[in-house]
Amino acid sequence: MTTGFELDGNAMAGDLREIFAVDLTEAVATCAGCGRPSAVAALLVWGPAPGLVARCPGCEDVVLRLVRAPGRAWLDVRGAVSLRIALPEESVAEGPA
Amino acid sequence: MSIISPGFGGRRRSSAPDLPPGQYLTHDFPVLSAGPTPRIPLERWSFTITDETGARTSWSWDELNALPQEDFTVDIHCVTKWSKLGTTWRGVSLDTLFENVESTADFTMVHSYGGYTTNVPLEDLLDGKAWIAHTFDGEPLHPEHGGPARLVVPALYFWKSAKWVNGIEMLQQDEPGFWEEAGYHMYGDPWREQRYQGD
Ligand SMILES: [Zn+2]
Repeated sequence: MTTGFELDGNAMAGDLREIFAVDLTEAVATCAGCGRPSAVAALLVWGPAPGLVARCPGCEDVVLRLVRAPGRAWLDVRGAVSLRIALPEESVAEGPA
Repeated sequence: MSIISPGFGGRRRSSAPDLPPGQYLTHDFPVLSAGPTPRIPLERWSFTITDETGARTSWSWDELNALPQEDFTVDIHCVTKWSKLGTTWRGVSLDTLFENVESTADFTMVHSYGGYTTNVPLEDLLDGKAWIAHTFDGEPLHPEHGGPARLVVPALYFWKSAKWVNGIEMLQQDEPGFWEEAGYHMYGDPWREQRYQGD
């Protein structure tokens, strides 16, 4: 058996691949400013340059920031308490063999 | 000098030697916003410098306008690759505003109405390098472009020239502002093409 602290980010690969393969616009972001949950698709977005700024429809605080540069992107999520992502019921993350 | 070709549409690449690397010349003034445009009544407008001890020095709109005013003409370079040459502004030099501010801090965070922030080292604000501008091209600065007043610090990419500016906070250590937290460069020198973290 492998204990938690011996794992590195590769242990998250399956989960992350699954999460970011879904349409994140259907995810529900909870605003860190006022606590209101909103579908990402319902956030108020300014941009696209210098980056995309998604704000809470309730309080207009920044929830997500997405900056794209050649060959890389930054997704800043500090304005969200959480992102709730719906997954198919039958999907279960595979553990290490 | 750059030569403007017939049919120039404002979006053409230019190889003008007076443009930083990767920039093209535009004659428009594109509007880039990270949020709703704040509308600030002049009677409630104020600008505050806060030193590292928390001591505050503030100016009302009338007080700002009573200070010595400077007309200045500068080239501006946006990180989204447009540059605009010879823009004309009127405002108050940061040298004037910092005249009576005692501080040993080397860094600043610029704050705006609406919550925008950007970090600029103090030395890039002084010695005739930055202004609080309220007039553009002979007209009061339009809210879309940062009116009533914005910072203009033309030596750095234009995201450092905070629109709707309302204060400068002195910091002992450099800290990232709004775009710097999300991937943009901490300093932003257009001549060294410091667009993103790691550039
Ligand atoms: Zn909110």
